[in-house]
Amino acid sequence: MFPANFGYVAARSVEEATELLAKYGEEAKLLAGGHSLIPAMKLRLASPRHLIDLGRVPGLSGIKVDGETLSIGALTVHADVASSDLARHRLPGLAEAASVIGDVQVRNRGTIGGSVAHADPAADFPVILTALDASFVLQGRFGRRTVAAPDFFLDFYTTALAPDEVLTEIRVPLPSSGSGTAYAKLPHPASGYVVVSAAALVVRDPSGRCVSAAVAIGGMGSRPQRAAATEASLHGQPLTPEVIAAAAAKASEGTDPESDLYASADYKRHIATVYARQAIETAASRK
Amino acid sequence: MNDERITVGITVNGVTHRAVVEPRTLLVYFLREQLGLTGTHVGCDTSQCGACTVHLNGRAVKSCTIFAVQADGAEITTIEGLARDSALHPVQEGFREKHGLQCGYCTPGMIMSAVHLLQANPRPTDAEIKHALEGNICRCTGYVNIVEAVKWAAERMRGDHVSR
Repeated sequence: MFPANFGYVAARSVEEATELLAKYGEEAKLLAGGHSLIPAMKLRLASPRHLIDLGRVPGLSGIKVDGETLSIGALTVHADVASSDLARHRLPGLAEAASVIGDVQVRNRGTIGGSVAHADPAADFPVILTALDASFVLQGRFGRRTVAAPDFFLDFYTTALAPDEVLTEIRVPLPSSGSGTAYAKLPHPASGYVVVSAAALVVRDPSGRCVSAAVAIGGMGSRPQRAAATEASLHGQPLTPEVIAAAAAKASEGTDPESDLYASADYKRHIATVYARQAIETAASRK
Repeated sequence: MNDERITVGITVNGVTHRAVVEPRTLLVYFLREQLGLTGTHVGCDTSQCGACTVHLNGRAVKSCTIFAVQADGAEITTIEGLARDSALHPVQEGFREKHGLQCGYCTPGMIMSAVHLLQANPRPTDAEIKHALEGNICRCTGYVNIVEAVKWAAERMRGDHVSR
C-alpha cells in the first residue's frame, strides 16, 4: 500500500516546526515515530500534503528528573520508557504501560508524544498518564503552555493541541514515598490495542491506609475516564482485598461504552471492574 | 500533487547508498526495489506481521512503517547482512538446524527479531523468546521450532555447546 505523495521537511528545531505548521495550516501533519500516522496514510485515511518530521530535532528525546517531576521528551520511544530505570523505580505503572504497547518493533519506533497527540481511545499512554495526573507542554509560535491531562484529551483523536503547536514534553509528577502505580490491560487479541484497561495510583500513610487514589479507565469511551466512585471508596480505607474489590466494582459507574465486534458494552463494563481491581491491587502491593 | 524527490544517504549492510526517493517511499520498498535486497519481505503491509523487520541503528523495526527519508543517515542491517563471508549467522544456522521454518516467508523477519533479542539477552527463557517475537507472525504456525531455533542459536552464541 502506498500513501499519497507529500512534501517532506525535516525540521531542525521546534521553532521551525511551528513556523511550518503556521505556513501550511491544515495541509500539514507532524511526523514523530510515524506508527499511527503512516498506517493511516497507507490506508488513505490521512493524506497530508506536507509532513514535518520532528525526528531530527535535537533535545526532544529522553527521560530525566526535574524537581518533583519526571520529564519525558515527546520523541522518546516506548521501548526507552519501558526500560528506563527512572520510570521503573519511580513510576512502574508507566513503564508497565509502555511495555505492553504493540510489539517489540513498534516500541522501538513509536513515540510517547506521537501516541498521546494521536489520542486513539484504544491507546495505552493516555490512560496511565490520566491516572498519574500528567501534563503536556505545548510549544506554539508565540509561547508555550502546559495543559493537564483532563484538558488535553478532549475526544476521539482530539486533543487540546492548536494547529500550530508542537507537543514537546510530557511531565509526570513523581509520587511521594508510600505510593504505588500500576497498569492492567485486556488487549485485543489481533491488534494488541486496548479493549479495556485500567491505571492506578495509590498513596498510603505509614499504617497502610489509603490517603488518596487515582484510577483511570481506558476503552470505555472517547477518552480516558477517571473512576471517581472507585477513588472515593478507597479514600481513607485500609487497602485490604475486600476494600479494593468493593471499590473496583464501581469502576464502570458513569461510563457508556459502545458495543463492537469483539466486546459488548456489558462485557466491557464488567471487565473494567476486573482490570481496575488488578491495577489497584498491584499498585497497593508496590512500595 | 507533489512530485518532490529527495536525495538520501542510507548505509545498508555496511555500504552507503546515495539515492533519490519520493518522500512517500517506504523503507521496505527502497530496500527491495531500489537496492534489489529482496530478502526483506512485505507481508501484511499494516505494521503487524513483522516480515519486513530490519535493524535501524541497531534496533528491530518494521520497514513497512518507516519512510526512507526518515532513515537518511541511518545504518540499516537486513537479512542479507547477517552472514559473514560464507558463514551463516548462528540464528540463521539455528533456523536450518531446528527446522524453524515451513514456507519461509516470515523467516527473514523472525531472524532479524531473534538477533535483536539475543544481542540484549543472551540467555532468554522460552517465555522471553515468545514475548520478543510477538511482532512476528508465522502463518504456517511453526512457532514451536522457531523457539527451538532461537534457543539453539543462543547456546551457540554463548559458546555453551562446546562444553557439552
